[in-house]
Amino acid sequence: MREEQTLIARWIRNGSRVLDLGCGNGALLAHLKSARGVSGYGIEIDSENIVRCLEAGVNVIQSDLDRGLSDFDDDSFDYVIMTQTLQATRYPDRLLREMLRVGREAIVTFPNFGHWKCRLQVLTGRMPVTRHLPNTWYNTANIHMCTVRDFEALCASEGLEILEREALDSAHRTTAAMRLLPNLLAEIALYRFRRR
Amino acid sequence: MSNGFPHDSVGLVTPQRRAFTEPLELDSGATLDHYELVFETYGELNAARDNAVLICHALSGDHHAAGYHEPGSQRPGWWDNLIGPGRPLDTRRFFVVSPNNLGGCAGSTGPLSINPATAQPYGPDFPFVTVRDWVKTQARLADALGIGCWAAVVGGSLGGMQALQWAVDFPDRVRHALVIAAAAKLTTQNIAFNEVARHAIRSDANFHGGRYFEKGVVPAHGLMLARMLGHITYLSDDVLMSRFGRELRDGKLNFGFDVEFEIESYLRHQGESFVKRFDANTYLLMTKSLDYFDPAANAPDHDLRKALAGASARFLVISFSSDWRFAPARSREIVRALLDADRDVSYVEIESEQGHDSFLLEVPLYHRVLRTYFQQMPIAGAPA
Repeated sequence: MREEQTLIARWIRNGSRVLDLGCGNGALLAHLKSARGVSGYGIEIDSENIVRCLEAGVNVIQSDLDRGLSDFDDDSFDYVIMTQTLQATRYPDRLLREMLRVGREAIVTFPNFGHWKCRLQVLTGRMPVTRHLPNTWYNTANIHMCTVRDFEALCASEGLEILEREALDSAHRTTAAMRLLPNLLAEIALYRFRRR
Repeated sequence: MSNGFPHDSVGLVTPQRRAFTEPLELDSGATLDHYELVFETYGELNAARDNAVLICHALSGDHHAAGYHEPGSQRPGWWDNLIGPGRPLDTRRFFVVSPNNLGGCAGSTGPLSINPATAQPYGPDFPFVTVRDWVKTQARLADALGIGCWAAVVGGSLGGMQALQWAVDFPDRVRHALVIAAAAKLTTQNIAFNEVARHAIRSDANFHGGRYFEKGVVPAHGLMLARMLGHITYLSDDVLMSRFGRELRDGKLNFGFDVEFEIESYLRHQGESFVKRFDANTYLLMTKSLDYFDPAANAPDHDLRKALAGASARFLVISFSSDWRFAPARSREIVRALLDADRDVSYVEIESEQGHDSFLLEVPLYHRVLRTYFQQMPIAGAPA
């Protein structure tokens, strides 16, 4: 997680205004506050996580992302970030549009379903269960899994311009091979994008 | 703790009193030349004077928020579950100040006090007071206690409105505003409930235009009705059903208008005990203060966002899922305005079946949130 935070922090300008969707325990926002001097809010639905955010001194708004971002005005953030959450939302396409309505740029990370381990398990006739996706099909929160190619196809059809991409393994390391063949070798994908 | 009180109670407390002689101009245009506030304090003000927390009470509350007034008492203050050594608002760390609002009936100057102009109780002549007026008097109390800036101003319902108004009116005197089960202004339905309550009181044959004290009576029937109505709106349908259901007191229908269902007994009891401790004129004033509350009133375009743009406090806004008198949607309006104004705010909606009353109860997650929030609030150190 820390490597993912460092990577995201590298993409973010100092002093910007940030909205973190599904902010978990607030660690990313706390990191961005200290490393980049950002201001902003986390959105989280889980009460335990909200208490952890308050502990971390991070602004957190309890809200259900599936209800959209109607509490936020157009273009009110420099970045809208969503780490490891897109695949658990009910309407990922709508949410991406919402992210770029309220933010000038968006940053998304998600587990890549195109990774070779997932593909192998599907070939055996079973839904994948990996270290990064530890739940089975019936109890997973990840109801909208996608691959690197799926995500980029959606961006193309939504008219979104991908500014940066990073491919990582589950230990958040990257290699030249992973960058070359992200859909096969990346376990986690990071994107920074904006409206075209 | 001595006197057999729980070890995490503030124990025995004695109310204090301050007189203020600087004339107070009220929103209504009236002026009070002299008034007194009664209040309680718990814990110690530290040397840096940065650990003071103001508690604002709601419609029927008073200064007795925590601890006990008599040895052996079983009846602690109204927010005792929150305040004490080791409780979420920890009095080993914070200095807590809890006043009775101007216009109240628990000791601060109000309709029961003597009007110096007539040497009679003010009664219905006591001027209308607003949330802004209260905040002004609380600021003068802070001055008198040597408190330049509150670590936090905290309140539920009408108390939460005061916390919000504090952040608007005295931005440099509040570091944190905790706005619980409140609203940025009352809805039409909410004003309607207040009007029914007021009408019940004012149409009581014993009301006598508010001069009932001159006749040695109280409009008990009207005040009781007002309180019964209030109680229905403070609880959720579900909690009424689970607590009272359709239980019959005698186990059978009596085909009469005496108490049959347990809920009738409960409401009558609540109404009757309220009449013994509360003044009808104060009730009228407090409901009007609720109706008038509108912190955006003086902002450009009557815009709450603009009213809050100057606030510098960090906000914690809390609502309760089953609260329909001050619904979560009303809290979200406050949050939305704070977000638009780029203020620091956190918002939590607590799952609770207990309706509006939840803010007074020890709902576990609610108290954890408050405990965590107070714990991470930086103060200079241990009490001096």
